[in-house]
Amino acid sequence: MSENMDNNKESLFSLKNRKLLSNPLSKENPISVQVLGICSVLAITVQLRASIVMAISVIAVMGFANVIISLLRKTIPPRIRIIVQLTVIASLVILVDQILKAYVYDVSRQLSVFVGLIITNCIIMGRLEAFALYNKPWPSFLDGIGNAAGYGWVLLTVGFFRELLGSGTLMGYQVIPDALYEVGYENNGFMILPPMALITVGVIIWVQRHRDRELIDVS
Amino acid sequence: MTNRYVFLYASAMVIIVALVLSGAATLLRPRQERNMRMEKMQNILAAIDISATRGEAEELFARYVTTAKVIDHRGEEVVGDAFEIDMQEENRKDPQQRQLPVFIADVDGETLYIVSLRGAGLWGPIWGYVGLKSDMATIVSANFDHASETPGLGAEISESDFEEQFSGKRIFDEDGSFRPVRVVKGGAPPDDPHAVDAISGGTITSNGVQNMIREGLEAYKPYFEKIKSS
Repeated sequence: MSENMDNNKESLFSLKNRKLLSNPLSKENPISVQVLGICSVLAITVQLRASIVMAISVIAVMGFANVIISLLRKTIPPRIRIIVQLTVIASLVILVDQILKAYVYDVSRQLSVFVGLIITNCIIMGRLEAFALYNKPWPSFLDGIGNAAGYGWVLLTVGFFRELLGSGTLMGYQVIPDALYEVGYENNGFMILPPMALITVGVIIWVQRHRDRELIDVS
Repeated sequence: MTNRYVFLYASAMVIIVALVLSGAATLLRPRQERNMRMEKMQNILAAIDISATRGEAEELFARYVTTAKVIDHRGEEVVGDAFEIDMQEENRKDPQQRQLPVFIADVDGETLYIVSLRGAGLWGPIWGYVGLKSDMATIVSANFDHASETPGLGAEISESDFEEQFSGKRIFDEDGSFRPVRVVKGGAPPDDPHAVDAISGGTITSNGVQNMIREGLEAYKPYFEKIKSS
């Protein structure tokens, strides 16, 4: 997605701004490098569909929250900044939920349980606190979208493998052929339990560290 | 920044947020309630094996569901709007005071009865509709839903793979005694008309479904007996 946007709005995407978008996908990934937001990764990646809905919701909430906080950044009293951030996130999530309920009811049914998880997702507040509070709206927006996308791709990867190996389906459709089951293949029931999400994230971290040696913590 | 500023800032923020959220809720409520009514109609129709999209739910509901009755604990018909009955509220009442909805449908000349159930899953309430043939023993189909069961585990009760198991199952045995459908962990024997497979990883929710079916249908038993004897 980032590449398409690059082509359309070349001027706004200086090297620095592009890095805001691309770094959280890899070198500064909120999940695999900063190890934030793990709770929701464990909870909602049993199925790919739920992971996709969650990723899109977090991208929307995070983009808006970062812009709003960035616009307000000069007025927010430092002593109550956490409360202000939380209020902005919670209001956005409630608003998103209400709109989904009215216009795309089926998606809202999918999302229902996860709404609370978006509010408590520490990546969102982490970015507000670390970035949006000190930067202009446009870079904050990019930072929000970048981090949410970094969260999203890990979510989708974990969801993909858990649904494929745990249920033999993707998006609810069976993809493992019946012939394979006939010769003795079985779905791994362990994959649908939360511990395997943690191990899957571990494998992602491993692969990422293997390909990018800079990330290895030698201390 | 002075304390005064902090207080003013916080108050202004709260007022703005309250206005925005309540405004959004008020504006969107009619649409949301309409969606919920449609979904309820869809679920009731699903219990007699009629699949309707949300758009056509209203039309199909009007076509197939001919009567909606409210009954009391003795199975006697009382006055009321069956569609508006809130099972959560009814379950809180004393069993003698409960009012239960019955939807009677006419599908290709066959009379079918749909009853409403509500129980507890692992994280929150679960509910559903069961459609019965006019012998009051054979299940046409069942539809379940939940508020907050775990996706991929307990939440599977609302998937058709689980629900379809119920069609053709029986809630009375050959002697006519009440024997509701059990949800069996590890797989039900294929020839058992009183059992279905539980969901792996969703044992507590599966047990919740079993209890809901037993308790919910028990409440309707006087009504079933009346229909059977008439």
